[in-house]
Amino acid sequence: MFIELERRPAHSTLYSALSPFIALILTLVAGAILFAVMGINPAKGLYSFFIEPLTEVWSLHELAIKAAPLILIATGLSICFLSSNWNIGAEGQFILGAIFGSILPVLFHEQVGIWVLPAMMIMGMIGGALWALIPALLKTRFGANEILTSLMLVYVAELFLDWLVRGAWRNPEGFNFPETRSFSPGQILPEVLDSGRAHYGAVLAIVAVLIAWFMMAKTIRGFEVKVIGQAPKAGQFAGFDAKRVTIVAFMISGALAGLAGIAEVSGAIQQLRPTISPGYGFTAIIVAFLGRLNPVGVFAAGLVLALSFLGSEAAQISLGVSDKLGRVFQGMLLFFVLACDTLIHYRIRITGWAGRARTGET
Amino acid sequence: MKKTLALVAGMAAGLVAAAGAPALADSHAKTKACFVYVGPIGDFGWSYQHHQGLLAVEAEFGDKVETAYLESVPEGADAERAVERFARSGCNIVFTTSFGYMDATNKVAAKFPDVMFEHATGYKRESDNVSTYSSKFFEGRYIQGQIAAKLSKTGVAGYIASFPIPEVVRGINSFILGAQSINPDFKLKVVWVNTWFDPGKESDAAKTLIDQGVDIVTQHTDSTAPMQVAAERGIMAFGQASDMYRFGEKTQLTAIIDDWAPYYIERVNAVMDGTWESQDVWHGMDHGSVAMAPYTNMPDDVKALAEETEAKIKSGEFTPFTGPITKQDGSQWLADGETADIGTLLGMNFYVQGVDDTLPN
Repeated sequence: MFIELERRPAHSTLYSALSPFIALILTLVAGAILFAVMGINPAKGLYSFFIEPLTEVWSLHELAIKAAPLILIATGLSICFLSSNWNIGAEGQFILGAIFGSILPVLFHEQVGIWVLPAMMIMGMIGGALWALIPALLKTRFGANEILTSLMLVYVAELFLDWLVRGAWRNPEGFNFPETRSFSPGQILPEVLDSGRAHYGAVLAIVAVLIAWFMMAKTIRGFEVKVIGQAPKAGQFAGFDAKRVTIVAFMISGALAGLAGIAEVSGAIQQLRPTISPGYGFTAIIVAFLGRLNPVGVFAAGLVLALSFLGSEAAQISLGVSDKLGRVFQGMLLFFVLACDTLIHYRIRITGWAGRARTGET
Repeated sequence: MKKTLALVAGMAAGLVAAAGAPALADSHAKTKACFVYVGPIGDFGWSYQHHQGLLAVEAEFGDKVETAYLESVPEGADAERAVERFARSGCNIVFTTSFGYMDATNKVAAKFPDVMFEHATGYKRESDNVSTYSSKFFEGRYIQGQIAAKLSKTGVAGYIASFPIPEVVRGINSFILGAQSINPDFKLKVVWVNTWFDPGKESDAAKTLIDQGVDIVTQHTDSTAPMQVAAERGIMAFGQASDMYRFGEKTQLTAIIDDWAPYYIERVNAVMDGTWESQDVWHGMDHGSVAMAPYTNMPDDVKALAEETEAKIKSGEFTPFTGPITKQDGSQWLADGETADIGTLLGMNFYVQGVDDTLPN
């Protein structure tokens, strides 16, 4: 017996739109079964995982803090992925953005003024964009595989940050511990509301989503990206330059990852340390695909992923379950989304030996 | 299949018991002690030992105490959320057990004056509900150095080091000083792995060191991988943070055991009594915070020597950083009989003579 996937002649628009929600429901059902097997009341388990983090104001702030970098990075990545450029190195661009943006607060600690924070953010975007430019140039000039080069540059970025905070940028009053001095108050992204510690990074994420949506939906530049991504030949006939699109797409996604980096460091951590990201650059790849490479979808997917992190912690405390459970939920969510998408475009056909022989003849 | 089902059923039953127990009793009368760990509790090193401390608190106070923990909490923005979550969920005392939680702990402490905070290995106490605590692990390193110098045939030991912070540098210096007290020409090779817990990197480092001719390995990282590599290659090793004897029964000479239980019990008790006050402690063998695993796989005279040094350190008669000590660059650090001051120890960023490595800077 064989299982074959057969492309459907036409796929339902309704189900395409519903697919992420169906996936979410399937994840909840599978999660309920998981809780039941573990001997935990499924309703209580799902409540503490998905609802409890949303019931308190401080927790909503934490959700915004966690979601903002994911949304910023994934928004840039979705533009890059739509142009069929596979930037896997957002984590490294995040780090370089954080480093570039920290030049002011670390080396010119006394500098204050209203221009300092905007300058830091712009420096962060430049840092991320330059780091992303390397794999883009390697691809357009030498045909090097951007998946490999962008990924490997992540490790270079990590080690560069490590070297900085242990060496040249080490806090002179920090007992030789590997960290820079703390940013001074004028160099820290302020909190948006008094009720919690969510900072202006969340606002930057929303602005980025709106601009990206506008660019992709309403401008010729966005159209160019999509055409080159889907049909490079057709794009060339239309006079679009595939190499230029590659470079622009990489630099946009690098700039947004860099902005996420400096916003995270300035708003949430307030100094550089050897590790500044718990893998945001990689998680954002999941966010980009969950959000179906659409800025608005990315916004929603970023919130869902952030919720799964918070929920995992809440469940660890209130239910005493392992921190691995959160990972299982994220994995299930991605699995069901991909499965739903596949089944919308394909149908499953079970064929016997005879069926195989028949296809063999054709 | 039946076996699997039984196993699943058993695990489920265990979880029900674990999850159900705290809910039954009245939570208001209890003191709640909460712990933030940087690694998984199954690392058999740093976080494992802190978790043993949690279990000891439960065993000591039984129904009077409730505990909670979060494991594998990354240092950075996530740490502050984890600490704040505990402060909000009714914890009376929160232990944050990694250096990188320092600023997060202090920030949250300022917002929650009624919750007591205990930060391991840090130095900032910005409000009077924050304490810091650490242990003098370097005391155990000196004994390891003596054993290594007695037993090594090549006269070279290997040291798998995590990060070049004072804590780790102290351990390296103490080890070589112990070794030189037996064999003045003893050499020490160091490999930096830049991680606290990465079994793959740690075992690669162990193999590299062994290939370079060391015949005794010690580590300042948290996994059991170096011990297992040493066992495979037939050389000797020291365990780290916990007793790793079961991972190398013919390999482990001894291990430095971080025993947090006495301190955790003492501090939870202080919260119950209402006598808790902010403090900074740096306990060693004298308080039982640092203990040595049984001396195994060595001749009796070496064992006797180790026990003698251990007793001297415990009684305060001897401390590893006692002069004369020369720095790696040849300048004198401590004159004959002089002992190191705490400030220099806390910020230690230089090697003493005999370490075959340049300190990353």
